[in-house]
Amino acid sequence: MISSVLAIDWSNYWQQSIFRVLGAAIFVILGAGTFVIAFLFKMMSYMQSRLGPMEAGPHGTLQLLAEVGKWLQKEDLVPARADRTLFKLAPYIIMASTFLVVVVMPFGPDAYFVSVDTGIYLALALSSLSVLGIIIAGWASASKYSLLGGLRAAGQLIAYELPMVLAVVGVVIQAGTLNLQGIVAAQHQGEIFGWGGIGNPFILTQLVGFVVFLIATQAELAQPPFDMPVAESELVTGYMTEYSGMRFLLFFIAEFASAAVFAALAATLFLGGWAIPFVDLDDNVMNVVGPIVLFVKMMLVGALIFWVRFTFPRFREDQLQAFAWKALIPLALVNILATMVLKVAF
Amino acid sequence: MPRRSRSFPLKGLFVGLKTTARIFLQTMFPKRGIKTLLPAPTIGAVTVQYPYKSPPEVPVTRARGVIALKSENCTVCMLCARSCPDWCIYIEGHKTKAPPRRPGGKERTVSALDRFEIDYSLCMYCGICVEVCPFDALFWSPEFEYSETRLADLLHDEERLNEWFETVPEFEPYEAGSVAKVRKVPR
Repeated sequence: MISSVLAIDWSNYWQQSIFRVLGAAIFVILGAGTFVIAFLFKMMSYMQSRLGPMEAGPHGTLQLLAEVGKWLQKEDLVPARADRTLFKLAPYIIMASTFLVVVVMPFGPDAYFVSVDTGIYLALALSSLSVLGIIIAGWASASKYSLLGGLRAAGQLIAYELPMVLAVVGVVIQAGTLNLQGIVAAQHQGEIFGWGGIGNPFILTQLVGFVVFLIATQAELAQPPFDMPVAESELVTGYMTEYSGMRFLLFFIAEFASAAVFAALAATLFLGGWAIPFVDLDDNVMNVVGPIVLFVKMMLVGALIFWVRFTFPRFREDQLQAFAWKALIPLALVNILATMVLKVAF
Repeated sequence: MPRRSRSFPLKGLFVGLKTTARIFLQTMFPKRGIKTLLPAPTIGAVTVQYPYKSPPEVPVTRARGVIALKSENCTVCMLCARSCPDWCIYIEGHKTKAPPRRPGGKERTVSALDRFEIDYSLCMYCGICVEVCPFDALFWSPEFEYSETRLADLLHDEERLNEWFETVPEFEPYEAGSVAKVRKVPR
């Protein structure tokens, strides 16, 4: 695969690197910002018959800027008994894992940063890197709340990594490729019982996989109903307890940016990614329209994730583990089995 | 124990999702008819944008807004000032002679109120002064719009506290069957 960016020959190594970093930064900041404003501030408020922030900007749209300004001014506290180096490093590890997943995401026929043959494998591997950051944050804080939160997060993230990967396996079997660009193409060129009108978005055939993937995503993001690691009524804010100012902001951005990244990943895997029906895959227009299409699909999946988040109360720790091992993983395995049989049959 | 309806498994999850979605739509699109698709959350939400719009008039019972004083009833007994947890009531008085109650009687010694002030920058609205006053001189008023830009302006003097007395509501009637008599506000 040629790693081309927007069909321009970026022969210069550094130009390419800067472009990737900037692109990923834009995706992370835009994604996290939109998710916070649209879902955390507004959708959640409306679901509770409130208005949410209303003062900064029209309908409080600039509230996030005010919050970021506030966090940047705060003192960067490090607990006296903390492991200073690791403590300061942890948020960057979590941030890095979010950034790296964006790199393999396709936004259009030529609008991608890197096209790796094992794209989805890499994306899932990189996203599970954040567990490391969370354990480090929990351990280095030298606080009982942080440690418990970190341990809970580790247990939860490892438990839910498995159903997520297994849910993706179904898609991979059906698409016949691990490359994200290939998965998008497979959905666009797919046929529903011989009718190729709108392609075959895998949500139709892999509905079980989609549901398992979304539930696992919810748990990976450690947000309600799977927010045991940050359960504020018992652990303050879990592994983030001792962080303040800029470093807390990094955790906050990483949380919502990875929500955006996972939503975009789900949109790519199950909703057809940047492609839209009736428009040719190689059409040059898709380099501009594609990112917008992916953004819209990402917002749809995001709305679903946050709808669940604002509806359900928290799972108990044992329920949480039992749900992953006794319900989701068997379900995903059955889904893989069914996909295999049907793939051979059709 | 009531039997649980077994319509289909995980029904509660969907009921929950439906509820949040319903309230979201109600808040977002409160208008009816052709205007339904115009989002108007400021109308749909329960929240009232208070400084810009006045809150709906609801009869507030036993509201802790501001403490009103009826100077005529005050005997400068100092019970309120002494029971105040953060000492925000300032009272000064002096002894004077009052005419006898009956003709031919002895002159009485009474206390006259010189100064009665409550510092609302210190007050924590516990209401102990109102509870402890044996002469019906202190009352709760539901008024709450008396914020100031200067901290010192929150010290309400006797005159201001007497003005608040006009806003004191009548006491609520007790539950049916209660033997205690309902207190009256001494207007």
